[in-house]
Order: sequence, then structure tokens, then C-alpha cells
Amino acid sequence: MTVADAITEQSRPKLADFVRVQFDKARERWILQAPERVLVLDETGKEILDRANGAVTVGEIAAQLAKEYDAPADVIQHDVLAVLRLLAEKNFLEIVDDPS
Amino acid sequence: MTHLETPAERTTSGWQRPPVAMLAELTHRCPLQCPYCSNPITLSSRSDEMSTEEWVDVFRQAAALGVLQIHLSGGEPTARTDLPDLIVGARENGLYTNLITAGVLLTPDKVRTYKECGLDHLQLSIQDNEAANADHIANYKGGHAKKLAVAAWVREAGLPLTVNAVVHRQNLDHLEAIINLAADLGAHRLEIAHVQYYGWALRNRAALMPTADQVARANAVAATASDTYRGRMVIDYVVPDYYAQRPKRCMDGWGNQFFAITPRGLVLPCHAAETITGMTFSSLRDHKLDWIWHHDSAFQRFRGTDWMPEPCQSCEFRDRDLGGCRCQAFAIAGDAAATDPVCASSPHHDMLVAMAGDDASSGAPNYHHRR
Repeated sequence: MTVADAITEQSRPKLADFVRVQFDKARERWILQAPERVLVLDETGKEILDRANGAVTVGEIAAQLAKEYDAPADVIQHDVLAVLRLLAEKNFLEIVDDPS
Repeated sequence: MTHLETPAERTTSGWQRPPVAMLAELTHRCPLQCPYCSNPITLSSRSDEMSTEEWVDVFRQAAALGVLQIHLSGGEPTARTDLPDLIVGARENGLYTNLITAGVLLTPDKVRTYKECGLDHLQLSIQDNEAANADHIANYKGGHAKKLAVAAWVREAGLPLTVNAVVHRQNLDHLEAIINLAADLGAHRLEIAHVQYYGWALRNRAALMPTADQVARANAVAATASDTYRGRMVIDYVVPDYYAQRPKRCMDGWGNQFFAITPRGLVLPCHAAETITGMTFSSLRDHKLDWIWHHDSAFQRFRGTDWMPEPCQSCEFRDRDLGGCRCQAFAIAGDAAATDPVCASSPHHDMLVAMAGDDASSGAPNYHHRR
């Protein structure tokens, strides 16, 4: 099973060490830097990656964002999982094992 | 190449869109002698190479211009003893820093030092999965065995590894084994690149050109492997264009997102652009990078679609492939502004296909090694 398939609401994702989120001054936007790839982050993507530190679960990230944006939790969780699976598919994510 | 999606813009004051990535050819020196080397036939000498200070100043200019990623290459970039300083210089300017190396000059200490200096990623070339053939291609005894050790040092240092395999008639039937080797070496990413026939490779085309059957089999192997390794190793496969019907979107468009810098500071829209004899390129020893990118005539020459002849100008694929490859048009049709001969609509297409077939059926390899 790949990392992308394995992500659930209990997963604790973090960006791989070699992936960098930085502000692109020339174009005034947030980007994700990886080998031979530059992904432009939209506001949601940036918010998700700010929280994905390996300590917080996908469910918790979605709950925080749902509260902040006053949006339905199930819709947000669906979006969060979609973004994280996309990144995992490209090998940009690590899943930190549940400490329990 | 690195992709971004901003729409193109040309105004009367010059080209407006900033570049995304750059290739820094730090030196032409290299212990390997691969017959498809992308360096020019006439190599720059060590005494002509830009200094540490000149390079770091270029990195600063590049970052200010909007460059996000830098590929430190050569020749063999690790032949430069100031490489740690150059990595620091690139990182201090926020550039995502990739080292493209043949590996044979590395030690575990050097790899750790590069990592400590801020290197983001390392790309290691292999010539084949079989040592004897690999060393014959590179004309360097023991090179393949050394590369296997280097891959382990890279992973131990915590650096992400891309394996780059250039494929041609003399190794293409090993593609599955090459892919499995890259996975065994711990590669996050594998780049399989068919030889592009300019410079040294053009000189060696008869030894390197694959048969159409080989290419069809290889395409299938690559497609299957992409599925097999999904989520574990990303496979980027560059399809060989001599057997294609439509040209590749070469460099993502001439002067569109990318530039290369030669060891002595010439700025090129493509690392092979010097094969187009008669074109002149500006030097960082005479001009600022900002001016070259926005105004240099070599960069302006094939930007956008205005330069295109027919049948390209009225072609529905015009904006998709941006006219294909200018170096290939020059190499085959003798005119850098001609329709890319790979395109089925080019008057030179049948000649190209016949040439590829003739080359592919020629006998045993007799390499003109790069030197």
C-alpha cells in the first residue's frame, strides 16, 4: 500500500525533509519546492501545510480549518484529504506513526 | 524541467515573465567520457571558468529575477573544489539547490559537507545496470561500482536521490533492470532520458540510435513501472522524439522559463543552443542577467509563436508544443527557424525517420568518446 492510500483522518502527516514551503517574492505567492517541481499553493493548501507537522492528525487539521472558516467539517475533511493524497502521490509527505 | 503555469507575455519593453529554473554548468571538466555528453564539442578550459565570486553574484541576480530552482551541473560539478561555497551561495539566495553529478569523485565526507551546506537534492547518473557496459559507455573503469556506493552515501546523509539514466540502443533492452536498480538504490525519483542528438550525441548517433521495436518495448516497460512504483519512486520518462509524430515542448518553450549558463558565463536559452552555429549569446562578464533575460536577441529570437513558419503558424498544436526544438531543426533541416523535423507536418520528417532507421540498423558500437 502506498502512502497516498494509507492516509486517513487518524494519520499525522508532515512534509518530507527535502520539500520546502517558501514565499515566491517575484510572483508574490506561496510555493512548495521539491526536486524538479514547483507547486503553487493556494490559501487552503498553505493553511493545511502550516498545520501538518507530524503531531496533529488529519481530522484535527480539518476541524481547525472548519472552525476558522466556519465551514462544514465533512466538506473540509474531504478537501484536506484530497490535498494530502495529491502530495503523498508525489512522494512529498511522510506519515508519522501513531504514538499510541 | 520545473513547471509553472503563468501565461506568457511579450510587451514592447521586452519579455516580462520571470524564469523559474536555471542550469549552472560550473565546469566542463569531467572524468567520464560519455558519447552522448550534452557539453559542446569545443569544451571550455579551467582557466576560462567563472570564479566563486562571479557564480555567487549570478545566483543573487537569478534569485532577484525570480529563479526558484538551480541545477548545479557540468561537466562534473564536484570537480570544483569551491562547490561547498557555491551551494551556500545558492541557498543563501533561497534557491532550491540540486546537484547533478556522475558521482565518481565523491567521498562520504564530501556528500555530508554538501548536505550541511544546504544542498536540497542530488541527482546521480548511471550508464546501465551492468557494470561492464556502463563503464564501457563512460570509458571509465570502476565507475559503475563507485556510483552504487555513492547512492548509499547520499541516502545516509539524508539527501533525496534522483537517479538519471540516459538510454539508447546499447542499454535500452535493460530498462526494466535499470528501473529496479534505481529503486534498490533508494531513489525517490528516476529520470529516464532518451539521448537527444546534438553535439557529441549527434556524432555518435549511429552507435546510439535505438530501433523502433526497442523504443516500443521500452515505452511499455516504463508505463508498467510507473504503476508498480507509484507512491514509492516517481518515474519521469522522456519519450524519444525521432520516432514520434509530434514534437516535444522543448525547454517548455525557448526563453520561456529556463536558461543555462556555461562555465565561462554565456547565458543560453537551452544548454544545447551553442550547437546552432551563427547565433551569438551574451556573457555575464558583459551584461547583467536581468538585461539578458528580458532583452538579449538570442532569447527573443524564438520566444512565443510570432517567429514560426508555416505549417506551424496556423497549426492547432502551436501553443501546446511551442514549435518543438530549435537545435533539432538546425541539426536536421539546417535552419533553426524551420519546423521541427520530428513533426509529421515537416518536409524533413521522412528524411529524419529514414535516417533513424539506418542508424539503428548499423552494427556494433564504435563510440567517439567525449574528450
